[in-house]
Amino acid sequence: MTNQIVRPYGDTTGDGRVQVSFTLPVPFGTATERARAEGAALQLAAKMGLDPAMVVHAKGMGQDYTFFVVYGRVSHLVDLSLVTVTEREFPLLSAAEVNLAVRTALGRKLVVVGACIGTDAHTVGIDAILNVKGHAGEKGLEYYRELRVVNLGSQVAVPDLVARSQAERADAVLVSQVVTQRDAHIQGARELAAAFAAAGPPRPLIVVGGPRFDPSMAASLGVDKIFGKGTTPGEVASYLAYALARGSAEDTR
Amino acid sequence: MQSRLNLDPVAVREARELAARAGQPIVEMARTHTTVSVERAVLRLAGLAGADNDGMPLVNHLVDAVRQSAGLEHGVALPAWDAMLAGGYHDLAALAEAAALGKVAFRLPSGEDAAAARTAAQSALRGGIGRIDASRARRQQMIDQTAEPGKPWIYLIVATGDIYEDIPQAQAAAREGADIIAVIRSTGQSLLDYVPEGATREGYAGTYATQENFRLMRAALDETSRELGRYVRLTNYASGLCMPEIAALAGLERLDMMLNDCMYGIIFRDINPRRTFIDQRFARQIHARAGIIINTGEDNYLTTADAVEAAHTVVVSQLLNEFFGKEAGLADEQLGLGHAFEINPAVPDSFLLELAHAQLVRELFPHAPLKYMPPTKHMTGNVFAGYLLDAFFNLCGVMTDQSILLIGMMTEGIHTPFLSDRDLALENVRYVRNAAGRLGESFVPAAGGFIEQRAQQVLGESVGLLRRICDDGLLNAIADGTFGITRRPADGGRGLDGVIERADDYFNPAAEILESGIGR
Repeated sequence: MTNQIVRPYGDTTGDGRVQVSFTLPVPFGTATERARAEGAALQLAAKMGLDPAMVVHAKGMGQDYTFFVVYGRVSHLVDLSLVTVTEREFPLLSAAEVNLAVRTALGRKLVVVGACIGTDAHTVGIDAILNVKGHAGEKGLEYYRELRVVNLGSQVAVPDLVARSQAERADAVLVSQVVTQRDAHIQGARELAAAFAAAGPPRPLIVVGGPRFDPSMAASLGVDKIFGKGTTPGEVASYLAYALARGSAEDTR
Repeated sequence: MQSRLNLDPVAVREARELAARAGQPIVEMARTHTTVSVERAVLRLAGLAGADNDGMPLVNHLVDAVRQSAGLEHGVALPAWDAMLAGGYHDLAALAEAAALGKVAFRLPSGEDAAAARTAAQSALRGGIGRIDASRARRQQMIDQTAEPGKPWIYLIVATGDIYEDIPQAQAAAREGADIIAVIRSTGQSLLDYVPEGATREGYAGTYATQENFRLMRAALDETSRELGRYVRLTNYASGLCMPEIAALAGLERLDMMLNDCMYGIIFRDINPRRTFIDQRFARQIHARAGIIINTGEDNYLTTADAVEAAHTVVVSQLLNEFFGKEAGLADEQLGLGHAFEINPAVPDSFLLELAHAQLVRELFPHAPLKYMPPTKHMTGNVFAGYLLDAFFNLCGVMTDQSILLIGMMTEGIHTPFLSDRDLALENVRYVRNAAGRLGESFVPAAGGFIEQRAQQVLGESVGLLRRICDDGLLNAIADGTFGITRRPADGGRGLDGVIERADDYFNPAAEILESGIGR
């Protein structure tokens, strides 16, 4: 059985040695300033639990800043039995894996219709997820060969979105809601869910996103999935592939 | 220049001829159409600035009002200046404010009224283009008073969203060694069909491009240029739905370089292809007059497609950008064609392949200030390996005599650069430049060797693709997904409703001056 208590490993078991680098807003000009800067770095290292610590590199950057590389021995212990792993309900897949999953499950392209609904003119969210340009270093859904993306843009009326998603035989509808005055995003999501419920089957997967959404509210709003702040295109694509493999949206309700 | 790659001059000539053939129908389209943004740019050049209380610019109000009552097929100028003379408005702003309230009936004047409107418009635009000429002269004056930095120019990015935070960061970057400061725009500004107004302090992963932000940053960098005794250039982005307007503002406020690609907006932002090409031609005519160096965006193709398989699409796009740029009046020295170091480092001989591609581009465009982009796709979060890869990028850059090096950050894709990331990146490039800056003169790939063969192969594939594009038509090729991986049909995407076919008597007093070179 593996040891439940571990420490960082430098070159000997249990030596606790780590390396960190950081910048402090202190000058590194005169001899006095240099000594003070190194002392400041050692103080921070001590408070971070590095004891003993050694400043191996210090360099002034401009007149007011100094960069440090520090090696030291951390006094902290890691208790592996206390590590909890929160698993998302779906695995993060690469673009190639998403494409393969879609091909396997559908034998055709997955159709995604995206829009900003109501009076919301902020397409920055939906575009970050859909445009090839993407977001946070990840390409948008248009980049995925097995996804067909229809981006309706901003200020789309909900009935128009329902009609268009039926015409496109959408597998998933993505709606971004940035404007949140008087809980417009919550009302928008409810209106969306109600409109698709009224339209009858086949109902596409309904996914909403926006910076002010609470991801745990999906069920109460009647949508399949909510993505909050900081969502990347890869997460959305992975979710679509997962939800699809799990069965069509109808099976899950 | 003697080719170090034994490139076949016949193939090089054929590639250029094919690019011209592919591009010519697009130029014809641009000459026979206008767009709402082209017309708004005319008004901006005539000095119309400002916005209503909701932030909608007066140029949008005026162009929309003219479009509604008189149409834009004759251009905005005749109806606008006619209404100004007839209504006794003292300037365009007064006219635009009245037009926004629906108080102005525009018409297409004829006879003496038309002649008077035409004369007034021409005079206003001579003034506006004169201001661009003055900015250009001022740039030269600043360079003479400070100094022109040696190449490669080092290009660094700031992007806080707040222009007042950007300014000290940009000045610090310049002091640390940057020759060029690029202010990244707020995500999605390219999709706005208007240019925001005033100094801005909020943006999404970038700072809005506005006339006031341009002015503030240029003034700050002038101060730093004097302090350093070296002219620090300023870059922004003209791509998107407002390309001509932003080009006009850049010319007026003396930006030095502008991102302006012939196909980037189409492929990566789903902007309508016709709109893009029409806007682009006028935008580049303005850049040409302003002495602005354009930067093209071929590096982006390699972030979506494989950098080895798609190497020839970069060359094809560069040749198209060159053709469109020269047609619009840009000199070789203004063509900052783009490319990138994006080959997977796990591929055997990846550095040799990068050298072959970079040297090929250098030789195809010997006088262009090439802009070379660092690795992004294969920066994995292992910052130590990333630092090494950036050093190889810098080495390839100096060996193949690239003109503008965008400095790679070891934390690419993790967060916006820390102060220390930027400092380390500059230390990296300084070391390489100091240690190997003159290696280029001795870099002569072996005749018949791997590098030479690879370069010739990419050139051959480029000619092959250009032939297919010529047969197919460029708009069809774009619709078929030839560039990047995205299909962009000619009638799809954003902004097509802003495209108008010109009438026979179309009048654009700015284009008249730009195309004839009056006053130069």
